[in-house]
Amino acid sequence: MNLTLKIWRQPNAHTRGQLVTYSISGVSPDMSFLEMLDVLNQQLIHKGEEPVAFLSDCREGICGSCGLFINGRAHGPLSGTATCQLHMRAFKDGDTIVIEPWRAKGFPVIRDLVVDRSAFDRIIQAGGYISVNTGSAPDANAILIPKSAADAAFDAAACIGCGACVATCKNASAMLFVAAKVSHLAYLPQGQPERRRRVLNMVAAMDREGFGSCTLTGACEVECPKKISISHIVRLNREYLSAVVSDEAD
Amino acid sequence: MILDAKIPDGPIQDKWSNHKFRLKLVNPANKRKFNIIVVGTGLAGASAAASLAELGYNVQAFCFHDSPRRAHSIAAQGGINAAKNYQNDGDSVWRLFYDTVKGGDYRAREANVYRLAELSVNIIDQCVAQGVPFAREYGGLLENRSFGGAQVSRTFYARGQTGQQLLLGAYQAMLRQVELGRVTLFPFHEMLDLVVIDGAAKGIVTRNLITGEIRSHAAHAVLLATGGYGNVYYLSTNAKGSNATAIWRAYKRGAFFANPCFTQIHPTCIPVSGHYQSKLTLMSEGLRNDGRVWVPKQVGDKRPPDQIPEDERDYFLERKYPAFGNLVPRDVAARSIKEVCDEGRGVGPTGMAVYLDFADAIKRLGRHVIEERYGNLFEMYERITNENPYHTPMRIYPAVHYTMGGLWVDYNLMTTIPGLYALGECNFSDHGANRLGASALMQGLADGYFIIPYTIGDYLAGLGFEKVTTDHPAFRQAEQEVHERTKKFLAIPGKRSVDEIHRELGRVMWDYVGMARSAEGLRNAIDRIREIREEFWRNVRVLGRDDHLNESLEKAGRVADFLELAELIAVDALLRNESCGGHFRVEYQTPDGEALRDDEHYAYVAAWQYQGDDQPPQLHKEPLHFEYVKLSQRSYK
Repeated sequence: MNLTLKIWRQPNAHTRGQLVTYSISGVSPDMSFLEMLDVLNQQLIHKGEEPVAFLSDCREGICGSCGLFINGRAHGPLSGTATCQLHMRAFKDGDTIVIEPWRAKGFPVIRDLVVDRSAFDRIIQAGGYISVNTGSAPDANAILIPKSAADAAFDAAACIGCGACVATCKNASAMLFVAAKVSHLAYLPQGQPERRRRVLNMVAAMDREGFGSCTLTGACEVECPKKISISHIVRLNREYLSAVVSDEAD
Repeated sequence: MILDAKIPDGPIQDKWSNHKFRLKLVNPANKRKFNIIVVGTGLAGASAAASLAELGYNVQAFCFHDSPRRAHSIAAQGGINAAKNYQNDGDSVWRLFYDTVKGGDYRAREANVYRLAELSVNIIDQCVAQGVPFAREYGGLLENRSFGGAQVSRTFYARGQTGQQLLLGAYQAMLRQVELGRVTLFPFHEMLDLVVIDGAAKGIVTRNLITGEIRSHAAHAVLLATGGYGNVYYLSTNAKGSNATAIWRAYKRGAFFANPCFTQIHPTCIPVSGHYQSKLTLMSEGLRNDGRVWVPKQVGDKRPPDQIPEDERDYFLERKYPAFGNLVPRDVAARSIKEVCDEGRGVGPTGMAVYLDFADAIKRLGRHVIEERYGNLFEMYERITNENPYHTPMRIYPAVHYTMGGLWVDYNLMTTIPGLYALGECNFSDHGANRLGASALMQGLADGYFIIPYTIGDYLAGLGFEKVTTDHPAFRQAEQEVHERTKKFLAIPGKRSVDEIHRELGRVMWDYVGMARSAEGLRNAIDRIREIREEFWRNVRVLGRDDHLNESLEKAGRVADFLELAELIAVDALLRNESCGGHFRVEYQTPDGEALRDDEHYAYVAAWQYQGDDQPPQLHKEPLHFEYVKLSQRSYK
């Protein structure tokens, strides 16, 4: 396959970026999208041009490192697919592909296609955990959890923190990310004691980080590589309201 | 120097309890006077950082990722073992211990393995309390499955994403401590050197991957939890960033490197499809619970799988190992697969693959059960290969997966440098020459949650409360060396990219230091590695600067270290004149092709000491004694 790539190049957060056009040939449909970029980078190095910076690590769709805006869509044209799991057979010979970084105030650009997603860590830090110290846990089977609750918790916990939800949202809202964690922990009995405080703290942290509001357009659900349901956002809203009106929220 | 593993006296069941009682304690009020550096935030690192901070120590945690949640532990699919015997099928701490020692082909320390089996039980409790959504039965109890090499169901799992859920548990526990001010996080930081003062580890030098800033960090103790070095083979199931730099720098500062040649080749990976391939993807070993492995009986049978009748198929694992069948341990399965492919019976376009077939399981259990068990793996397979495994069997082939070698540690997880500890995959302990499925997660978490919090106190209690700072000249010197090395990469006026050279190294490693090794091949490999290394320093091309995010520069440093480690791996493999676990020397096999150990001469841990770049490393031996699991030929028949 021969392709034309228009890639966002930006030296650092303080310098303006621009789309730069590259042509690439000999692309195999079996290559992953990132392998195609690897090939481009090898060509650039041979020409003495600096390779395009992008993040990836596991390349198995689970670590959440990768994430590119491809032809106007987070992680490209397929649904439920992280960029590293997107293969070139999803494109046609002669295609032009526009590749940009996540664009959101909460995710400042570091270089080229790499953005800073540490805001997500700070949101988790605000309450996305169960407070239990090492060594004091009761026997695992002493806590019975209905299969349906464990499965629902798992569905929410499958979030890989890639940031596609933010990138694709017109308000750059982090609601799906926050909802997934709140939901995961709210489904489980272990998560109950901190339930109200957790949601208040996490939502406050999300606002502090400069993410926008949720208007329930559903774009996040469409682009989430783990198909995390927007119903978790409904749940988050319910959790939040219930925490706000409760006297127990401290 | 005599290697003292500090294995406690007494019966094996009591060693850890007795040892814990004898270890010195640090008064709770004094814990805050100690600083501890943790490098790496995977299962071992994050669990250690969280646990130590909970105790009251000041922890600084470093990772090269943008977030600690990205550590490669997240990719583990299958599960985590624990001797809970919830299934009432005869499991026990003793059986897990026995299986692990035997599975590791008698090249692990009995005392360590027993402790691991003993702690496995607490790990599950801890993770459940953290909200890890393990699979459940309808009654609300935890579900288990059997996993490679085990005849009991002791593996706990969270669909095919157990590593992710366990890591998120540890990561969340660590971030809770960040919020409480007990852990300071340093993402996008790579450790490039270890600082040793008066023989003890006192800090590290890091590079900020975004700004390029080289900086020192001092502490009373340094914990390395940096994972495995399988990427020395270029293609492996490891994440792209996994590397050996931290442990290699520690080795060069005096930490011994143990059993470097023990590499696990995982039997069930998606085969290589082209020369552009950047990494290999594992298909969980859990699939072998229901999938049947086969190839055509006839050499060169190129018919599509559905046109090969049942009686012309060779279910070779079931045929050769009737007791364990498709569930034989990884080393045995991997070698058998290579064997049938070498005979010309491999399938797929390259002939380097065998079928993993679910047709029978789908017939027996129904598609929805298979979907429930393995759905995400099937989807992942289809994405990569464009073939639907519900209709046509998967194609699999072995790939480099896990390194059992690593820094030598004693029973306290301390390396030969006082104050330097190694946890999880980056140490050599517990798995011997082969790791059983679902044991890696267990070891990482045992080390981090339940071992280091006890053993580190013993060291710190003996230190006194003197503050450690980066004022010492050893820090300046290490920083200087890191600076010079970075500048050197950028100054080489070469032509070849780092990746090209890495790929070449990987090819040599796979061909000669891979699934089957011979003395001749290994000698050849050592020569080739030296040539490639020489070429690297003469002809590599690293563009850009050192004061911004520069991925080529990062890779150059890692590959430079792989090029040295690769030689040590080959040297170690050449010296071990036996076959054991993942180390298979073609000269040493039984008449029916199984690994032939030599317990009389090689029942030891090989611990290598750096002697300088121009000197061969010195070998030290820690003899292994088997009091409880009698040395015998492994058999899975």
